[in-house]
Amino acid sequence: MMKEKSVLLDPTAERSSAEREILPRPKSLSGITIGLLDISKARGAVFLKRLGELMAAEGLTVRYYEKPTFARVAPIELYQRMAMESQVVVEALAD
Amino acid sequence: MKRLPEGFSLFVKKTCPTCVLIEPLVQELADAGTQLTVYSQDDPSFPAGCERVIHDASLEFSFCHHIETVPTLILTRDQKEVARLAGWHREEWESLTGLDHLGSGLPGYRPGCGSLNVAPGIREELELRFGAVRLAARRIEVAPMADDLETCFEKGWTDGLPVVPPTPARVLAMLHGTRRQPDEIVGVIPPNNAACSVEKVAINAVMAGCKPEYLPVVLAAVEAACLDAFCMHGLLATTYFSSPVVIVNGPVRQAIQMNSGVNALGQGNRANATIGRALQLVIRNVGGGIPGGVDRATLGSPGKYTFCFAEDEENSPWESLSVQKGFDPGVSTVTLFPGHGIHEIYDQLSRTPESLARSMAGCLKAVVHPKICMAADVVVVISPEHAAVFQAAGWSKQRLLEELHSLLQISGRDAVRGADGNTEGLPESYADVPWIPKFKKDGLMIVHAGGTAGKFSAIITGWIASGAKGSQTVTREIK
Repeated sequence: MMKEKSVLLDPTAERSSAEREILPRPKSLSGITIGLLDISKARGAVFLKRLGELMAAEGLTVRYYEKPTFARVAPIELYQRMAMESQVVVEALAD
Repeated sequence: MKRLPEGFSLFVKKTCPTCVLIEPLVQELADAGTQLTVYSQDDPSFPAGCERVIHDASLEFSFCHHIETVPTLILTRDQKEVARLAGWHREEWESLTGLDHLGSGLPGYRPGCGSLNVAPGIREELELRFGAVRLAARRIEVAPMADDLETCFEKGWTDGLPVVPPTPARVLAMLHGTRRQPDEIVGVIPPNNAACSVEKVAINAVMAGCKPEYLPVVLAAVEAACLDAFCMHGLLATTYFSSPVVIVNGPVRQAIQMNSGVNALGQGNRANATIGRALQLVIRNVGGGIPGGVDRATLGSPGKYTFCFAEDEENSPWESLSVQKGFDPGVSTVTLFPGHGIHEIYDQLSRTPESLARSMAGCLKAVVHPKICMAADVVVVISPEHAAVFQAAGWSKQRLLEELHSLLQISGRDAVRGADGNTEGLPESYADVPWIPKFKKDGLMIVHAGGTAGKFSAIITGWIASGAKGSQTVTREIK
């Protein structure tokens, strides 16, 4: 059974957006680690492999990750590892 | 506002035995030609055989006409209520309806039951739906599949522990704990200097887990934290350990069942735990005081989740902290002390006040650093067994304070930098001062609390910038 939509009252001084703000974008990709996440959708790995090659040729650092199945959220161990090892992540969503 | 029709209106619910008892009366009144409309709260087929039953499923009629008991019989003439009866009382019903022998065979009197519209949790929902109350806070919608509690974490509203999700109904229930208007400004909360309304305090009090009756204490604590003398901004921003310690005095302690006895400084009492936490959440959420942001504490302390307790005034041999601060004994107060800790005072053997005072002074010497004087203030929490030693000898609180001050003198030669092979200490210029007091004249405070077994007292250490140069202890009346 689905829980109904609920309403909470904002406990803050309401000086920032009610929506979660996105993290600041890095100014440059050099010097940081770029995660390439294959979510196991067909041919996603092909796209990411080529993207990784192009990035490496530019002198950027990449790491490859793979989700066991696109149908489920990433295992905790995987997203914790990505968060520890990479500063940005590119994932290939659709086939 | 849903008006009642002319004539009699009867509010009932089927789950009320008195309403079931008087079910035959509906027919009797109809037979006598009485103009009667029945409002059934829970079952449209009740009372049986009645033609004019309005199913008050939304409880709007019941709410708008302030029904507290069922059955309630109301007589309306010229669109005005002229009479109201609650429960079943034959003589009153006969008098109001003008009918004799009403409900013959029934007992003469039966009290009613609670009306559904005043049931816990429902009252606030109805007020929000049909009442005049308007809450000003931004409404955050949580998607159907999302968890309210997790949303509070994601929004950054918590201290790291789960909070009670602040739904409008819970906030409204909390606001019933005070007569103050929701839009009244309580103070300007550092570090962002944001104006804080009673409603915002109520929202954070809900999240902390407070009951509505705690709200006046939380409001007074927030007011105290906003006083310039307390210097909440500096206390938050410091790299030091300290944070507001809330000490409650006066009749409110017993009214809201605060703990001043066994484990008084520990866990387990809802009022102690949640009042201190509510203040911390106001500073976090309204003031924007976030660890790693303006809160720069090197280590912090567990008291930054909550540190609130009540003084045991009833069993104390001395006047309370609030009386010392100039308030009458019958006045409830909160005192905010900029502190952290605690550090123990262990003494199982002393049976004379002189000896016990020496143990206390010995432990107090280590506060901040054995060579640093006139910096942090302290609150000494004296336990019943220790207090009994002073009481037996007839020592007043003032007498004990004088003794402690006199024992807590450090020679300048021993306190300066470099003395005792230790670089830390007072500036060299103090070397020729024969005796330097460890604490400022008003820097030692004493309260009485704790369980009846155990010859231990406690030092709550203050911020190193205690006093006029930083944060001063402040006391505020709870209204």
